[in-house]
Amino acid sequence: MVVVRAQPTPSRVAPLSETTVIGWLHKNLFSSVLNTVLTVICLYIIYVVVSGLWVWGVADAVWVAKDRRECFEISINGACWAGVIQWIDNFFYGRYPRAELWRVNLGGLLLVLWMAPLWLPRVRGKIFIGLSTVFLYPFLAGYLFSGGDKGLFMQVMVTLAMVCLAGNTVHAIIGVVSDSGLPDTLLRKLGKDQAPETTQRNTLLAILAAALVVAYVLQTGWTEESVPWTKWGGMFLTLVISGIGIATALPGGIILALGRRSKMPVIRVMSVSFIELFRSVPLITVLFMATTMFPLFMPEGFSLNKLVQVIIAVSLFSACYMAETVRAGLQAIPKGQYEAAHTIGLGYWGMMGLIVMPQALKHMIPNIVGSFIGLLKDTTLVSIIGLFDILGMLRAVSQDVPWRGLHKEPLLFGAVVFFVVCSVMSKYSRHLEVKLSAGAKR
Amino acid sequence: MTSTDAQEAQAQLASAASSEVIIQLNKVNKWFGAFHVLKDIDLVVHKGERIVVCGPSGSGKSTLIRCINRLEEHQEGDIIVDGITLDKNLKHIDHIRREVGMVFQSFNLFPHLTVIENLTLGPIWTRKMPKADAQEAAMKYLTRVKIPEQANKYPGQLSGGQQQRVAIARSLCMNPKIMLFDEPTSALDPEMIKEVLDVMVGLAETGMTMIVVTHEMGFAKTVADRVIFMDEGDIVEQNEPFEFFNNPQHPRTKLFLSQILQH
Repeated sequence: MVVVRAQPTPSRVAPLSETTVIGWLHKNLFSSVLNTVLTVICLYIIYVVVSGLWVWGVADAVWVAKDRRECFEISINGACWAGVIQWIDNFFYGRYPRAELWRVNLGGLLLVLWMAPLWLPRVRGKIFIGLSTVFLYPFLAGYLFSGGDKGLFMQVMVTLAMVCLAGNTVHAIIGVVSDSGLPDTLLRKLGKDQAPETTQRNTLLAILAAALVVAYVLQTGWTEESVPWTKWGGMFLTLVISGIGIATALPGGIILALGRRSKMPVIRVMSVSFIELFRSVPLITVLFMATTMFPLFMPEGFSLNKLVQVIIAVSLFSACYMAETVRAGLQAIPKGQYEAAHTIGLGYWGMMGLIVMPQALKHMIPNIVGSFIGLLKDTTLVSIIGLFDILGMLRAVSQDVPWRGLHKEPLLFGAVVFFVVCSVMSKYSRHLEVKLSAGAKR
Repeated sequence: MTSTDAQEAQAQLASAASSEVIIQLNKVNKWFGAFHVLKDIDLVVHKGERIVVCGPSGSGKSTLIRCINRLEEHQEGDIIVDGITLDKNLKHIDHIRREVGMVFQSFNLFPHLTVIENLTLGPIWTRKMPKADAQEAAMKYLTRVKIPEQANKYPGQLSGGQQQRVAIARSLCMNPKIMLFDEPTSALDPEMIKEVLDVMVGLAETGMTMIVVTHEMGFAKTVADRVIFMDEGDIVEQNEPFEFFNNPQHPRTKLFLSQILQH
């Protein structure tokens, strides 16, 4: 017996619950008596919390005052934001001399400028730009921040960094404007773009040498007032410590993870011990041990200042956590990929760099950025060993005579700052995931 | 019956085998832990020969060909490929990997690279070929496997049969002397098996030395110079196809053939 439908069924209008706001509210919030009661209770709780915060934090708050007593005189129940506003420079820069703050801002600006080409679509050689940021920017920024006399090594590195920065910027502009690169444009301007490869290479090297000489001469005349690291503090110090920690965590983690998966027993045992040692102790213990035990291990007369000790400790710690994330990503790559790389003749490093890592990194991104966010927040532990990072500064407000007892407002401000920074990192991580998976979802 | 046999004998591809020995296995034994997976394997392969290896699963056929390009290590015996002995010497292993191409059951294309990048990766990085030359050669091989228009797509955008043909082209780009196939059509829809087998037949016609592990007996009958039957780690029987399929000698071979040739 055959069943046949003679005419196609016409589409009808969707019910209200799917199309209108009132329909949505009815379906999701007020669908039954119990749900309605719960909705009302939740709305009431939200109202109480938000209106309480609003009254305390905005309506009754004091924005300008000389000290806490004056805050109380103006408004006894309101937040005393005046203290936070007065201390804002301390929160962000620590005790850095106020006249030299432009150096910190310039350093941050240079980082943005240096890394900006990585996001521009038509710029070539992004890997070189990325590597130069990691290897050369710290020297330029380090001199900007600390100043003082430059030894020969520092002079050379600053020269290299300046030439690199100038080159990168021009290269990026050329890339965006005309979809070409700096080397190609230079060769074309000199009429050498059809010349044999060795001539091209020599021309570029000559230009590079000339640029280096000019930069070297320029920077010998450039000195800045010395600002000892003890004056660094606030968000600036937090970003320095966690920035270096993040920059070393990923390459360090990759090396440790590869070591852990190695077939060579000595390397494997060393990697495993190292990773498990640092993962078994809290970061605060590592920091204490670094500041007390490092001097014992250093040769005679060679001492590291506390900031460097802390940076080394944080870097090692985060590299070990990153190693486990990397290992998880590597394990997600099917064995067939390794075998296929093997059959087209790639050696170990070729296979890792061209086939396995590019695929694995895509899997690791949520965990990597999560680790970075965690690292940024864990850096606040250095306030316990006497470095005045942002948390140290936030708590120092209540020790200051005019603002004694001011706890809530600075800490709330710090919470908002961290929330903003971490949210941005989180959103960026999600964006990266979507962008890298775009090729996979079809 | 006899007329179709005669037709089959005629349809068989003319053998391109020379007398030069290119692969030699002497008393090769392999264990996976305590399990003895290859037992006293002796095998001689001549240049230009096409060999089909068949047998039940677990018989060691995949392990055998994976030992030839060192994806698996054998514990006893000698394997000599293209005059070079396979041992722990990394230089030997590297040389052999370049001369032996392999096609896998699960294709194993690199999903983060386009088709043309998949093909040019080996020549650029291993044979140090300039990029333009590598791309030209890659397009030539893509045309040979009849999918030149897919060059800039990602493997995930291709069908199974197309992916396997890209995998074959990728191995050919390295100009190997020997091609190993590990059940190349087992993961494909029936409609796509033909296009891959056609490519393999075309490859055989050019005189490539091929060792194919497969269940496609039609391919064995038309293309193979020799059919090898393996069971439980032994080479039980090897013969040229006509004799193998029509006059199996060993009772195990007879049992196997009676089961697979039903349908």
